[in-house]
Amino acid sequence: MLFLVQDGITNGAIYALLGLALVLVFAVTRVILIPQGEFVTYGALTYASLSSGQVPGTARLAVAMGLVAFGLDLFAGRRALRWRLVARALAVDIVLPAAILAGTVWLAGHHGAVVVNIALSLLIVAAIGLFLYRIAFQPIAHTSVLVLLIASVGCHLAMQGFGLVFFGAEGQRGPPLSDTAFSAGPLRFTGQSIAVYVITVALIVGLWLFFDYTLTGKALRATAVNRLGARLVGIRTTLSGQLAFLMAAVIGAISGILIVPITTLYYDTGFLIGLKGFIAAIIGGLVSYPLTAVAALVVGTVEAFSSFYASNFKEVIVFTLILPVLVLRSLAAPAVEEEKD
Amino acid sequence: MAMPQRLPIIVFALLMAAIPFIPGMPPFWIVLLDNIGLSALVAMGLVLLTGVGGLTSFGQAAFCGFGAYTTAVLTTAYGMSPWLTLPLSLVVSGVAAVALGLVTVRLSGHYLPLGTIAWGIGLFYLFSKLEFLGRNDGISSIPPLAIGSLRMIDPGTIYFAIWIAVLVSALLTMNLLDSRTGRAVRALRRGHIAAEAFGVQTPRAKLLVFIYAAVLAGLSGWLYAHFERAVNPTPFGAQAGIEYLFIAVVGGAGYVWGGVLGAAIVVILKEILQSYLPYLFHGEGQLETIVFGILLVLLLQLAPTGVWPWLMARLPFKPRRNRPDTSLALPARTRTTASAGVLLQVDKARKQFGGVIAVNNVSFEVQAREIVALIGPNGAGKSTTFNLITGVLTKSGGNISVHGHNIDNAPPQQVVKLGIARTFQHVKLVPDMSVLENVAIGAHLRGRAGALSSMLRLDRADEAKLLAEAARQIERVGLAAQIDQLAGSLSLGQQRIVEIARALCVDPILLLLDEPAAGLRHMEKQQLASLLRQLRDGGMSVLLVEHDMGFVMDLADRIVVLDFGTKIAEGTPDAIKTNPDVIKAYLGAVS
Repeated sequence: MLFLVQDGITNGAIYALLGLALVLVFAVTRVILIPQGEFVTYGALTYASLSSGQVPGTARLAVAMGLVAFGLDLFAGRRALRWRLVARALAVDIVLPAAILAGTVWLAGHHGAVVVNIALSLLIVAAIGLFLYRIAFQPIAHTSVLVLLIASVGCHLAMQGFGLVFFGAEGQRGPPLSDTAFSAGPLRFTGQSIAVYVITVALIVGLWLFFDYTLTGKALRATAVNRLGARLVGIRTTLSGQLAFLMAAVIGAISGILIVPITTLYYDTGFLIGLKGFIAAIIGGLVSYPLTAVAALVVGTVEAFSSFYASNFKEVIVFTLILPVLVLRSLAAPAVEEEKD
Repeated sequence: MAMPQRLPIIVFALLMAAIPFIPGMPPFWIVLLDNIGLSALVAMGLVLLTGVGGLTSFGQAAFCGFGAYTTAVLTTAYGMSPWLTLPLSLVVSGVAAVALGLVTVRLSGHYLPLGTIAWGIGLFYLFSKLEFLGRNDGISSIPPLAIGSLRMIDPGTIYFAIWIAVLVSALLTMNLLDSRTGRAVRALRRGHIAAEAFGVQTPRAKLLVFIYAAVLAGLSGWLYAHFERAVNPTPFGAQAGIEYLFIAVVGGAGYVWGGVLGAAIVVILKEILQSYLPYLFHGEGQLETIVFGILLVLLLQLAPTGVWPWLMARLPFKPRRNRPDTSLALPARTRTTASAGVLLQVDKARKQFGGVIAVNNVSFEVQAREIVALIGPNGAGKSTTFNLITGVLTKSGGNISVHGHNIDNAPPQQVVKLGIARTFQHVKLVPDMSVLENVAIGAHLRGRAGALSSMLRLDRADEAKLLAEAARQIERVGLAAQIDQLAGSLSLGQQRIVEIARALCVDPILLLLDEPAAGLRHMEKQQLASLLRQLRDGGMSVLLVEHDMGFVMDLADRIVVLDFGTKIAEGTPDAIKTNPDVIKAYLGAVS
């Protein structure tokens, strides 16, 4: 009984992280980030590849995406091409991913420490997240949620396809962050599960501090509420979007690195994990961080129990969990409508 | 009469009928066309649901599954004839849609797409786990469709069944869109308040398109089951649901033929990618998904509204529109009581938003045949008062009655039935519908044709009367020249006048106008004033909110002044002009 709860909380913590990232991205950019799951697999499998001394294809993907982003940046700024703009584009789009790739290749020879591998994986996925927004979403940032959603689906398909090319169809596992384990009563805690709890809580607190107490965080929230208004007071909404994607990518990659020592990940596992994060995010109404976190724990626990008692219908139960929530939301739905322009 | 509009469809039908008889036609192409037809059916439902109604669903593939599995189980396990299972397949998909729709269609915005992804996946796992559906292996050896001794086994014969279904569905869908119900559905995407103010039951309209789309998907599933003669869960999963939406968006989500075009583009593109990419990149992995995804993003950046409207804009000729015959008369609405005495009584109406009291115990009345103006500085609570009267907002206290009958927080659809019609401060027209169609929404309650009769074109007599009434009101407000233009292409001032015509279509006893003169030129204001006087002399009452004091003082019989939610004065224009409280509210205290 208790171990199911423990299992559920470990899963739930991961879903909570993903749910938070989804809420973050949706709030700032109105993009429903279907490729969130790909960030998870990319993070996890990049880390696993690095640990086994290989150069992951994601590092090359980052360079390729950087080149496209560079082209788009120059094209967008072609009317007022100043040195500063070109230099910034060059630094972010070309030099950064190239440096990461160089570091990855150099490190593949030497067996790097776990910490270095993690840092590199996060950097690679962060760069991919940043460029993903620049390439796919920035040009259509003004369109409807539906168009953004379809574009998001396109990104998911492409990235999942790349995942298969880079990592193959076989599943992989990564080395754990720590090998320690101890028991408390009937429960056994591994260092890994402790790490999951600690990092999740730390990230949630960190996000809360970031959004409530820093100027950048407030700028992101302002973009979320009103893009035009935010632009008028001098917030660069494109930068906000890039930042949101970067943060979502890092959070996704962290989740991936946290679970890859516990479960075997395949190139397409991320999609389902990401969707469970979605369920938490929907329960949280796509706006509330604490509610999302709590909902994620519920989702994780329900999943743990249903995989024990009705393993055949595990996914059915988890995904229909959303229906009663939607019923409640629709009953409580306010009748006012926002002014659409 | 409708020949010129139908002509392209007839040509298309003949063309499609001729294709299988082209000598040397590779059977593989026929299979491709079969697949296009099957996808087009689902996409057509999505066009109505997503493009027209604004409800995004990723779960259509699951409805295909309901249709396919229903016939698969009934024909294999119970030996039923496929033709008997057709209605059952449609009913099962429809009932599933009712159950899921009741839960989800009341949700706004992004909940629906996310919700549909979730239940799409849930249903996929359900299909693949249930014993009687054959789990992951599915059900095989489903009998083919047969008419007499003609068994539709090869792709060339079932081709006709599929494309007849596509063409019939397209016709029914277009008929539906071009009708009273269709206008209500098309108004959904722009928010529910305006439609509800004219009696549209928006939750019902949403549920209707949801069921309609699901039934079309069920039909596609039924055909699919007898085409492949085997079903398994894979084609009904989340990926397929995403693909259908993609098809609709690529083709042009707002257009019935966009669904067909999108299906053709996507199915052919996928085929090309699957057969040629492995040669280019020596058969590594799922390259087609990568290219597919990238093309999708690229296409959205280049043509976010889809290919169909892009093509149509390049056609050298434009489809003709028929002018409504204005001689047809719509029977007048039955009046509840004699038109004398107090019409509208607002008694201590109150509205609080949290700590803000927007309307604070305001009382006034409107007599029959009277023009009353509601004025006050910005934020005085004028529009909130309008929303209380028309049932858009529920009041926190007080009473509002019409002809002595208390309308206690009646919903907008109920209020308009009493003959109270309104316009909006922020224009709420459907920009991509013509002026005529927008105005016809006003007459929604005066027609009675439902969805089914509209689809079968049994609504024409009813429809002609509605359009005639709309055309008459448009003429009355002086916009006859703009009748066929899209409402979004008019100037803001003209759009306000269109809203007045729409309100007049209700055949109201009381007209509520929220800043009707804003954005009008001087001459237009004079025309509006004379129209309103004419309406009053014809027995209508008008309550208007307006900031143009010259206009108000000239026109109104009586004026009610609000400031910070409280009534500070009431009287004739002359009395109001000299009222010290009013001057203070508008110009500040003279110290």
